[in-house]
Amino acid sequence: MRVTAREEYCAGCRLCEVYCAVSHSPYPADPVKAFRKSPHPPISRVLVEEQRPVSFALQCRHCTEAICVKACITGAMYRDPVTGAVRNQEERCVGCWTCILVCPFGAIRRDEQGKKVAAKCDLCAGAVEPACVKHCPNGALVVEGKGGGLKCM
Amino acid sequence: MYVIIGNSAAAVGAVEAIRRVDDRGPITLIAAEPYHTYSRPLISYYLAGKVTEEQMAYRPRDFYIQNGVKTLLGRKAEAVDTRARRVVLADGEGVAYQKLLIATGGRPFVPPVQGLDKAGVFTFTTMDDVKAMAKEATPGARAVVIGAGLIGLKAAEALIRKGLQVTVVELANRVLSAILDQEGAAIVQAHLEKQGICFLLNNTVTQVTGEERIKGVLLQDGQELACDLLVVAIGVVPNTAVATGTGIRVNRGILVDDTLCTSEADIYAAGDVSEGYDMVHGTWRVLPLLPNAYRQGEVAGLNMAGQVAKFAGGFAMNAIGLFGLPILTAGLAWPEGEGYRVLVRADEERQNYRKVVLKDDRVVGFILINQVDRAGILTSLIAAKTDVCGFEEGLLEPGFGYVHIPVELRHQRLLQGVGTGW
Repeated sequence: MRVTAREEYCAGCRLCEVYCAVSHSPYPADPVKAFRKSPHPPISRVLVEEQRPVSFALQCRHCTEAICVKACITGAMYRDPVTGAVRNQEERCVGCWTCILVCPFGAIRRDEQGKKVAAKCDLCAGAVEPACVKHCPNGALVVEGKGGGLKCM
Repeated sequence: MYVIIGNSAAAVGAVEAIRRVDDRGPITLIAAEPYHTYSRPLISYYLAGKVTEEQMAYRPRDFYIQNGVKTLLGRKAEAVDTRARRVVLADGEGVAYQKLLIATGGRPFVPPVQGLDKAGVFTFTTMDDVKAMAKEATPGARAVVIGAGLIGLKAAEALIRKGLQVTVVELANRVLSAILDQEGAAIVQAHLEKQGICFLLNNTVTQVTGEERIKGVLLQDGQELACDLLVVAIGVVPNTAVATGTGIRVNRGILVDDTLCTSEADIYAAGDVSEGYDMVHGTWRVLPLLPNAYRQGEVAGLNMAGQVAKFAGGFAMNAIGLFGLPILTAGLAWPEGEGYRVLVRADEERQNYRKVVLKDDRVVGFILINQVDRAGILTSLIAAKTDVCGFEEGLLEPGFGYVHIPVELRHQRLLQGVGTGW
């Protein structure tokens, strides 16, 4: 499973970034608290690329042959055996950025606000619908490939 | 009956690959070190006190149990008897194999310098190395590091963090000479000097002085440095000892084909011990990199388990951070010869450096310092040999992304995949 963007529907509003950050903050249900009360401003794992008139959101493709998992020097990056999502165990991550060096989508971000860790989409870990998809006002983000990823590499 | 010699990335890659195909074939893993699989690059983090030994585990503690692997840890494989198809251990015991993987990695290269046998002299590649060094790395002590490569500089960083005085002696004219050009190296060196590391370039250690214990080092240019602790970090060479006296062909590393099979049937080699295909150089060479080792181990494992898998090739790629300054490089970063186009954007004051090397409209290498985000897109352009004609200018943008890539190619990559063959 992964989230894909329909470029032609993306308005570039970046609400996906806002809700991604919120849902990965200590206050996942409260955008105001998420930004005001979190010890660090929450970081979005989806990135909107924009060069008017084109804009689209991009996040981890959860590749079946995930090079970030293979390349991870600590073993922090792994595939969740249940959901199939590629996830980073942040407590084992040392922020070496090897995953950033190998991810062909540029979908992994540096989070240097506390302990340095790689931040990435986790498909909102167990949620019925990822926050970015749920909150896109224009239907530009869709969940694809339920039950198994595509070979992306 | 699968037998694996080694216990690092290539070995783990092989175990995971074998178990994807064959969930019951017995696997025996032999390793000279007595430890559960651990992440070697983390030894500098351990020395700096950033991770504990427990946190260095490369896979969970029960990994081998879960995968039905019998481990012989702390047991050195001495030789391979290819006729009897068994691995001979140092204690004389034999381990029979049907498919064998040699994943013994590299060993530190130690130059023939007088006095390197004295107490206080260390190499820096294993858990035992770092444990021994940690005991002697006391605040205020004077350390000399030979080699300003990845290992040497990570050791130097950790020693500074522990409060030692650190001098790095390097034979080349710049730091990280294997991965950086002059301009990039200058940025990194200035950054490290601000943190208190002293550099002596174009120089090396010719003799170690002292009785039982090191007291100092003599340098090529005649200077003498007082020194309590010496780190030899010149480089690593393939640890091919186990292949000696067999028919397995060895050049610098063990020679393998694109299935990672050696010149002997049913014997494979992967990781730092082998010579893999470098798709940028177009030659077979030792590529001592963890991601490469894992991928080779994986391909070897699949073939050992009866699948047909091919290693499409790798190329040099390194991610290193030094005192918070990230450096990401790949491929050929300072080309010699004709036919190359070099794009550079530098801002030394802000420590930003971005260099992209093109050949025949393909990216063949890059250096990113400080602004390293989304470097993997460039890496994938190298791996997929993508024609970048029409969007070269974007490659130099710190925010280079898919929006800079023409729409057809962008959609193809984002919706169907990148086509790197990884």
